[in-house]
Amino acid sequence: MLSASGLYCERDERVLFSRLDFDISAGRVLQIQGSNGSGKTTLLRILCGLNADYEGELRWEGKLINATVEHFRAGMFYLGHSPGINKALTPMQNLRWFCANRGFADDAAIIAALEEFGLSVYRDIPCFQMSAGQQRRVSLARLPLSGASLWILDEPFTALDRRAVADLEARIAEHASSGGAVILTTHHPLQLSCALEIINLDERGPQ
Amino acid sequence: MNLSGSRQTLGTGASLAATLQRELLIILRSPGDIVNPLMFYVIAVSLFPLGGQADAEWLSGIAAGVIWVTALLAVMLSMESLFRSDYEDGSLEQLLLSPQPLYFHLLVKVLGHWLLTGLPLVLLTPVLAMMLALPGEAYWPLLLGLLLGTPTLNLIGAIGMALTVGLKRSGVLLAVLVLPLSIPVLVFGSGMVQTTLNGLPYTGLAAVLGALLVMTVSLAPLAIGAALRISVN
Repeated sequence: MLSASGLYCERDERVLFSRLDFDISAGRVLQIQGSNGSGKTTLLRILCGLNADYEGELRWEGKLINATVEHFRAGMFYLGHSPGINKALTPMQNLRWFCANRGFADDAAIIAALEEFGLSVYRDIPCFQMSAGQQRRVSLARLPLSGASLWILDEPFTALDRRAVADLEARIAEHASSGGAVILTTHHPLQLSCALEIINLDERGPQ
Repeated sequence: MNLSGSRQTLGTGASLAATLQRELLIILRSPGDIVNPLMFYVIAVSLFPLGGQADAEWLSGIAAGVIWVTALLAVMLSMESLFRSDYEDGSLEQLLLSPQPLYFHLLVKVLGHWLLTGLPLVLLTPVLAMMLALPGEAYWPLLLGLLLGTPTLNLIGAIGMALTVGLKRSGVLLAVLVLPLSIPVLVFGSGMVQTTLNGLPYTGLAAVLGALLVMTVSLAPLAIGAALRISVN
């Protein structure tokens, strides 16, 4: 699906990682580990295309990513530190816009997704009235809607309660078993029912 | 993935309509973003008769300049809210990573912003023109000029805003970046009124303003997109 070869990135004259190679294919879950400031978020932002300050090659389904960028964006879902949810709007309105951006309208699927994340009661309440964990759930409700095969998740477990964490872990494993792939960072010990690959950035930096 | 029967595929047009709808909803949820620039416009213009002389001849001489300069500043004031909340809550990243064409989404975003900030400003102008004793024949060139000029100013302002959205306080920097680029609009816009008052046709200047609008509509979204990519990097 997504393969990287010879990735190199430096920030403020400090090398974050160099000669980083990996290949993530369908059915795999890749966790990026590393201490704070080791470049996990930077790596994920490079992979999803938000950060262009890197050297090396990224390929999506065999083609160079810049040559197939629209295809790549349709097949990838990125969840960053900030939820991507406008607080003045309701979860319904936020998710409708998300779906429109991915080229479809489907209120029934949005309602189903909100229900899965335990938000059906809050469907039409502006997001600023909700707790941090609930806002996080609204942004996670985009996972089943995105239709993307590759999920890039930056600290997806932040602010979630224990049950929601377990649900999300199950969802990640299910996505991998149904032919998707997941790249994520987290400091929370993952308990997945599928194989987990790990890249540790602390071992990748300058020696 | 459960792709139920209710799923409707949207073309680019429908997806743009969704972006426009979202933009309008967001601005309507924070009425201050609409009202503040308008209040600034009304108050600043009404200070001129108080601070200057209160005779109609003097006022009608400065009317076009005062209205255009204040409108320019009010538009710049209104730009502050354009990308700010999207940048802070991460929606901007989602927009940049959307498979939809960014160019049209940015254009629609600025259009939505103009509909709720620029257009009311144009509609309010006749009242202020009356207060400044502008002669009747100058109303149409003034309004037409503003109608063509404010979207241009919005698009130019959006470039500056996109460049500075990552900064905590962008006020002065935004003015330094954007005001020089706005000068042509200001010159031709208030020029339209002056030529009419001198008894000459204003169509030539209107055509220049129209050309400026066409140019910014076609080029500004590219600059805004590039600037936003730098800002989120």
